[in-house]
Amino acid sequence: MHKNIMVVCEQRDGILMGVSLELIGKAAELAKTTNEQVIALLMGDKIEGLTQTLINHGADRIIFVDDPILSDYMTEPYTKAACAVIAAEKPDIVLVGATSIGRDLAPRIAARVKTGLTADCTILDICEDTKELLMTRPAFGGNLMATIVCPKHRPQMATVRPGVMIARCSEERNGEIMRFDVNFVPSDANVQILLTTEVKENKEKITEAAVLVAGGRGIGDNFAQLNELAEVLGGQVAASRAAVDAGFVNKDVQVGQTGKTVRPDVYIAVGISGAIQHTAGMEESSLIIAINKDKTAPIFNTADIGIVGDANKIIPKVIAALRK
Amino acid sequence: MKIIVCVKQVPDTNEVKIDPNTGTLIREGVPSIINPDDLCALEAALVLKEQYGHSIVAVSMGPPQAEVALRHALAMGCDEAFLVSDRVFGGADTWATSKTLAAAIKKIGYDVILAGRQAIDGDTAQVGPQIAEHLGIPQVTYAQSIKQDGNNAFIVQRQFEDRYQKIKITTPCLITTLSTLNKPRYMSVGGIVSAFDEKEIQLLDFAALKDYVDESDIGLKGSPTQVRKASPKQGKRQGILYEVSEDEAVEIIVKAVSVRA
Repeated sequence: MHKNIMVVCEQRDGILMGVSLELIGKAAELAKTTNEQVIALLMGDKIEGLTQTLINHGADRIIFVDDPILSDYMTEPYTKAACAVIAAEKPDIVLVGATSIGRDLAPRIAARVKTGLTADCTILDICEDTKELLMTRPAFGGNLMATIVCPKHRPQMATVRPGVMIARCSEERNGEIMRFDVNFVPSDANVQILLTTEVKENKEKITEAAVLVAGGRGIGDNFAQLNELAEVLGGQVAASRAAVDAGFVNKDVQVGQTGKTVRPDVYIAVGISGAIQHTAGMEESSLIIAINKDKTAPIFNTADIGIVGDANKIIPKVIAALRK
Repeated sequence: MKIIVCVKQVPDTNEVKIDPNTGTLIREGVPSIINPDDLCALEAALVLKEQYGHSIVAVSMGPPQAEVALRHALAMGCDEAFLVSDRVFGGADTWATSKTLAAAIKKIGYDVILAGRQAIDGDTAQVGPQIAEHLGIPQVTYAQSIKQDGNNAFIVQRQFEDRYQKIKITTPCLITTLSTLNKPRYMSVGGIVSAFDEKEIQLLDFAALKDYVDESDIGLKGSPTQVRKASPKQGKRQGILYEVSEDEAVEIIVKAVSVRA
């Protein structure tokens, strides 16, 4: 009998990734409806100190695998450890953060334990009748929402992108902490990491900005104007995939299904048509203003305030008015 | 060395539209392209071929019309092309797709497999790692550069959100490529002629692969996941749509941001 919800937590250099705490928050919510436990699986080298944080965020039990072979992320040792814990615990659901590590690890685990995996879910629910996990994600470049189930295989596995779920921390909670030993052999380290280079954090961290001015293909290469508006509002510039693909701006400011998920106080979408690919990443913003020439643009279905018009003419006037 | 490149034919999702009346995808007139990340995998393989004389084999799983993508790959300079196609392969999720492709790749033989990180129609990034798992070989995903090191190894620069790593991986292995890896070449005129006149696309159907994959592991029946429902997304909020003069629009925007920002 498979039961309980397991979150495969991620740490880098001993620091927990935010998405792991977000997923524990979601798992706790789902576990309430099924009366199950949230198990946090933590893998790494000398990581026992991180366990209380996981409990405080909603995990009932922590299983940690602590071994020097896990000091740097490598696909095989992590897959082996996770599969061993899954075989022992038989969770009904396994959730993994869709980071560049989670998206390397989760498919490998799913293939090894022979179960389904749904990538980049934006909504997770438990079906009232069947108690199945309903995994909803944008499909077809974000043009449709698809709800996926995994009827005959266990665990049911899903990845979720950072920023989609909300972490909830309470004060000191109690939980059970258990060490799990995996029988590693030297050949498990089947690639050799020669060098690790940290990349300096980009100053334009769009996930933390209070105001985002986002441009799409419709804005052309007129991003300078958006930069100016963002500056006046004390915010940052963001973009749709189309604008990034066209080379107008850098990939690290891309919002959407294949970019980042943001929830600023104000999101101004300029010349963005509003495919789900994009809206999946910004629809939780407090106030959404959209400017588009095409009054049938789907972005207007996600906006609080929609303006039909030519942004190239409107934006400079907004900047001038705000400067007054 | 024999390099297999996995190629997927995808609809250009930037051009996909939803029929507002029926809520279904309008596929007519939507061009099919080679998935962008896969084009970079092809280019990376062709660069290695130029340097070391490797043989490059393009493999695609899909309906018969995916042949077009394989002709494109041949015209870029691939030596051989295989189309993995059969009605019984249809409806496969990533698990069954990777199982089928792993069977085809095993039959063809390989030293290295290159695949795009993810396809723009599914965005899952799962098929590459799952092929590697089914074949029991190591993987490096998210490659932003690939250099050969000696006779049987590669040095791959692997991208993460906050760092990159240089990783040495020995054949047999699988590497998935990012679109920042390179700028794919165009088909050459000679290549196009050769792709249509001199080279054959070889078909691998279930009969050809039945010693490599079990019937219960392919197609819809072999897929652990199922689509329960698909629907056009409803906008979460429908606010007020203003069709007003520019000056009025400016006033509305300024008022709104002054309250909130």
